[in-house]
Amino acid sequence: MENDKKEVLLSVKNLEITFFNNKKAFRAVKNANFEIYKGETFALVGESGSGKTTIGRAIIRLNPTSAGEIIYKGKKINGKISKEEEREIVRNIQMIFQDPAASLNERATIDYCVSEGLYNFHLYDNEEDRERKVDMALESVGLLPEHKSRYPHEFSGGQRQRIGIARAMIMKPEFIIADEPISALDVSIRAQVLNLMNKFKEEQGLTYMFIAHDLSVVRYFSDRIAVIHKGRIVEIAPTNVLFKYPLHPYTHSLLQAVPMPDPRIEKAKELVIYDESTRDLSGEKPILQEIRPGHFVFANDREMREYEETLRRWEKEEQ
Amino acid sequence: MDKNIILSVKNLEVKFKVRDRVLTAIRNISLDFEDHKVVAIVGESGSGKSVFTKTFTGMLEINGEVTNGEIWFEGKNLLENKKDEDWLKIRGKKIATVFQDPMTSLNPVRTIGYQISEVIMKHQGKSKEEAKKEAIELMTRVGIYNAEQRYDEYPFMYSGGMRQRIVIAIALACHPKILICDEPTTALDVTIQAQIIHLIKDLAKEYNFTTIYITHDLGVVANVADKVAVMYAGQIIEYGDVEEIFYDPRHPYTWGLLSSLPQLGEKGSELFAIRGTPPSLFEEIKGDAFAPRSDYSMEIDFIEEPPMFKVTDTHYAKTWLLDPRAPKVEKPKAIQNLHEKILALTAKGGIYGER
Repeated sequence: MENDKKEVLLSVKNLEITFFNNKKAFRAVKNANFEIYKGETFALVGESGSGKTTIGRAIIRLNPTSAGEIIYKGKKINGKISKEEEREIVRNIQMIFQDPAASLNERATIDYCVSEGLYNFHLYDNEEDRERKVDMALESVGLLPEHKSRYPHEFSGGQRQRIGIARAMIMKPEFIIADEPISALDVSIRAQVLNLMNKFKEEQGLTYMFIAHDLSVVRYFSDRIAVIHKGRIVEIAPTNVLFKYPLHPYTHSLLQAVPMPDPRIEKAKELVIYDESTRDLSGEKPILQEIRPGHFVFANDREMREYEETLRRWEKEEQ
Repeated sequence: MDKNIILSVKNLEVKFKVRDRVLTAIRNISLDFEDHKVVAIVGESGSGKSVFTKTFTGMLEINGEVTNGEIWFEGKNLLENKKDEDWLKIRGKKIATVFQDPMTSLNPVRTIGYQISEVIMKHQGKSKEEAKKEAIELMTRVGIYNAEQRYDEYPFMYSGGMRQRIVIAIALACHPKILICDEPTTALDVTIQAQIIHLIKDLAKEYNFTTIYITHDLGVVANVADKVAVMYAGQIIEYGDVEEIFYDPRHPYTWGLLSSLPQLGEKGSELFAIRGTPPSLFEEIKGDAFAPRSDYSMEIDFIEEPPMFKVTDTHYAKTWLLDPRAPKVEKPKAIQNLHEKILALTAKGGIYGER
């Protein structure tokens, strides 16, 4: 199997995340299992409230986990770990946030915003070295050194997001969690930011976890996709496989909802709403099962048989 | 005047005063809106699409001013309305707006039911009981289950999609002639977006209103629009039937918008990005506003503003490329044969994974 050759960078095992509100427990993430390979872009797709951001934040230790393990390069990084280990993780795993306006300190200059990580970890030899690093980081995202003395509000949304990327990149991370990095941006700017992120991936061999709700962006950007619904991962597959052979009904409804820039297609489209209550959920409890190498789907044995049948039919049609 | 025109804008110009400087947000727009059609206004932030429609209901911010032009609606020039009372006869009653963020357009300390029935009582002069009955009907119509029980709930108890449904119900409460939808689904998930778009389309048929749909998402435009107006730097730079705009666009900016869509991107190759940023509207714009960012600009683009060239009876574009003297330029490869390309990208029928 091809997968054996790939090095696993991060693996999430039986992860549970529970929030408490007035002692009422809410399970935001239920038994999540997935692996992210080195050098790939792994997308986590779902609607708001599905728990996708919660998983991302749990990896960088912003949300506590209630059960399961997150293993980064063979080491457990959730729960209690030493201070040194935590620092190491915070440095190596960087996050790019959705709202560039909210994630930058309004009262600090761009110079400070970008070098804050350097200060915290003393990643520079002297003042000159720090300035050189900041200049390089800004230049790599298409901004100029003279922008350093300005404040975040003086920039447009796209520029601010690029500052957010520069701030993450200056730490020389191995792994970046990008939480809807382009949702708040204009269409014409989105392409610029996506291209920039792709450039860094190629140049520096980065690994991305890309959190999104829109499958059209993910199709272009990622290697593998996990679809999450109400805290549960319902399907994982390589991007082309997921788009060609989507099995879970929720994946279908997400694919169907992508608006296509084509009036003839859009005008003929019918609305499909995914409603769990109308599905036949009889039989034993479903689990995430591998139906083809690398293609996982959340199903019980009865559903597995149905999916298997569908898959065989599609594969036959292909030939 | 053509009797099918419900609203007609002529030579509209809007200026804003910002810290002693004057910004021209709308630069001479003329546009006729046909009755019962859905017109989509597309453009990036700052292109003036929201400002443009705000002038129809007299809702410009205090530092903004219409400095020229006319807006004709039901035989009257709306810009002759001086007092707020005059506007109240139009705003909400004849022309209603659904805004982007449903959380900020609802009052957080009033119940959902109160906010809908308030409008019915005020505009239709109905009693409290009648208003409640109609509000519950409206809530059911926009897709709220158990409307009767949810009548007394507060906005925070509703999800984003449900809140937007309520905002639509409020807008419909006085049976407006025109519904302006200002990015109604931008803050929502794709699945919910599909539902809201569907709802607005259904309601337009049922309540017989004309829809003006503001968005930056061309996928949404393809779904909802009959007519499309593309805006750039305070002007309409291309206008036409939806099929003309998607399958036969003529302005380089429209080309850029279509080409940069990730739906069309091929994995492994760079996505087309329009370079640079829009011009500052504080300064006077000479020639074609898009010229500095365009791959197709000619000398004339920097000297003189292009007129609206006619492509067909329904399709117009504001670019010198359509001048007979201009060299023949083909639209970018990425958007040639758009329909066939999308059919090829998708499995069957143009929907991802559809079989």
